Amino acid sequence: MPLEKNILQNLIKDAFPDADIKIVDLAGDNDHWSVEVESEAFEGQTRIKQHKMVYEALQGKMGGELHAMQLKTKVKN
Amino acid sequence: MSDNPVFKAIQEEIDNNNVVLFMKGNAKFPQCGFSALVVSVLQKLDVNFKDINVLLDPELREGIKQFSDWPTIPQLYVNGEFIGGCDIVKEMYEEGELQELLKAEA
Repeated sequence: MPLEKNILQNLIKDAFPDADIKIVDLAGDNDHWSVEVESEAFEGQTRIKQHKMVYEALQGKMGGELHAMQLKTKVKN
Repeated sequence: MSDNPVFKAIQEEIDNNNVVLFMKGNAKFPQCGFSALVVSVLQKLDVNFKDINVLLDPELREGIKQFSDWPTIPQLYVNGEFIGGCDIVKEMYEEGELQELLKAEA
């Protein structure tokens, strides 16, 4: 099921207010995203933890409404 | 951990095999781009791994997500430890971390 880009963006922005967020719709169908999140919140966390933090921000949509999402997280300096 | 028999089966697989990839399709015929990518990374590194096709078993497909507390497939396990999905594996490969990890655990 597709998800609107601004909804996706706002969910992440709410969870990571300081973040630089880059979202690309890879297939033009609102269903295959490339997401990059750069936030200080990721400092000291393993990659798995960082990705889980983003999944949590998406409030369970990942794996359901969100079908395919490439995720890249970075610590903001 | 609950007594879910699927959890037991998963635990056995990751205990008995050094590198395990829970994926969609199998290594010869992946059925998803993300799964295929992890397979190609492992093949490039010439790693012996066990591929497990979650599409064959809906309970496994759900169970592995609960087991790992991770919402998507593919999922890579090395030495019984969850390493990550496609994005993490790809990043670790590009930064040389995956190679280090596999060498250490071999």
